[in-house]
Amino acid sequence: MRITCPLCGERDRREFYYRGAALAAPAEGDSPEVWHAHVHLRDNPAGPVEEWWYHQQGCGSWIRVRRDTASHEMLAAQLATSGEEG
Amino acid sequence: MRFSGWRVLREGLTGNRGWQGHWRDPDPKPQYDAVIIGGGGHGLATAYYLAKDHGMTNIAVLERGYIGGGNVGRNTTIVRANYYLPGNSEFYSHSLKLWEGLEQDLNYNAMMSQRGILNVFHNDAQRDSAVRRANAIINQGDDAEILSRDQLRDMVPLLNYANNRFPIQGALLQRRAGTARHDAVAWGFARGADQRGVDILQNCEVTGIRTEGGKVIGVETSRGLIRAGKVAMAAAGRSSQVAAMAGLTLPIESHVLQAFVSEGLKPIIDHVLTFAEGHLYISQSDKGGLVFGSYLDLYASYAARGNLPMVEHTMEACMAMLPAIGKARLLRSWGGIMDMTPDGSPIIDRTSIEGLYLNAGWCYGGFKATPASGQCYAHLIATDRPHEAAAGFRLNRFETGRGLMDEEATGAQHNLH
Repeated sequence: MRITCPLCGERDRREFYYRGAALAAPAEGDSPEVWHAHVHLRDNPAGPVEEWWYHQQGCGSWIRVRRDTASHEMLAAQLATSGEEG
Repeated sequence: MRFSGWRVLREGLTGNRGWQGHWRDPDPKPQYDAVIIGGGGHGLATAYYLAKDHGMTNIAVLERGYIGGGNVGRNTTIVRANYYLPGNSEFYSHSLKLWEGLEQDLNYNAMMSQRGILNVFHNDAQRDSAVRRANAIINQGDDAEILSRDQLRDMVPLLNYANNRFPIQGALLQRRAGTARHDAVAWGFARGADQRGVDILQNCEVTGIRTEGGKVIGVETSRGLIRAGKVAMAAAGRSSQVAAMAGLTLPIESHVLQAFVSEGLKPIIDHVLTFAEGHLYISQSDKGGLVFGSYLDLYASYAARGNLPMVEHTMEACMAMLPAIGKARLLRSWGGIMDMTPDGSPIIDRTSIEGLYLNAGWCYGGFKATPASGQCYAHLIATDRPHEAAAGFRLNRFETGRGLMDEEATGAQHNLH
């Protein structure tokens, strides 16, 4: 599996750290239920999913990747905006 | 039809014409007392124990494919009870005891082989951890021994004792652990359930879960509506999608775990071996193939295949620990899809919908759990109370933080399990 880093181009999956589903982080004062849902509950679709990957052994960017979990096809990749990867 | 030595002899002398199918192929009835979604090992075991322990026989197991075609046939067949944390340890202890009597109970040859599991350790920290684990296993009433390097060498001379990067210090041995023939486990439970009146419905895919006023009333399937007062999910790998039919979101992310088998070789590995460095587990099947695997691919996947980096890693671990098998050819590899929970431990619990039950999140360890998972789940479905061996497998432990069972001590976060 290869992932296209917007800065470095297409690279081996081994350069990246997988963080999981790309979810917007709740605010600090949000309820424990909201935080529980954010940390633990997952839609877990068999198909396209938005994920965070970190280009650990490359440029150090957090990347929002759109990937098909049924075929492993990479559909899109863009840089996360500041603080978004929470 | 019962299996016996006499029966084998008689069939052998009469052309083997008397063998019958091991279970019926009935049409779905419009209504059952309970239906189980998923005809894998856990679903079939659940049906078996519902009938045997609780006398519930007006039940059906719904399998979208065929019996033995899912994860029950995709694992590396290892059976053990060397867990550490409360919640898990008593459950797997219970499961191993069921395994030990399973073939007699089912009247079925599951090729249960208590060949012993050796968890090899390579440094002081791993040794200390193994000793602590051994004490915990002994205290729960199971068997564990710590072998020195020399004792291990006498027992398993094949390992690479000259590896300077991952020196072998010794091993944790559980003699009662071993392997069982996974297909036969599925077939045995299917036959046992069928003999007690359970309908096993293959090619019957559940497409919807019907509820009325917060209570489950049945399931929609590719073979029509089937009504049932109790609906039990046991669809590991697809638990999220099945639960979503009832509007539930689970603390589960599905991942792929690859496994491998080599060409058939003469007997060279007498035990189940695992290595703490590189994380490798390997045993030799009764056909002679080396069956092995290592880590998850570690990202969400429903593709029943993995990717090459983990293949390479696994082969490197083989070469580091067992260089003698380097010339063995790899016959095939495959990937199984597993429900990964944030703490790496399973869930057997009721859901917020009355009459709807959840058995999910077996992560990388579902096969060894098969009989106990079935028995505990059957207890929950029949009595609405958790079985004491599975009382820790609560769905709400992530929400409350109480009773998390993080065996790998990596933290309760999806991408770490």
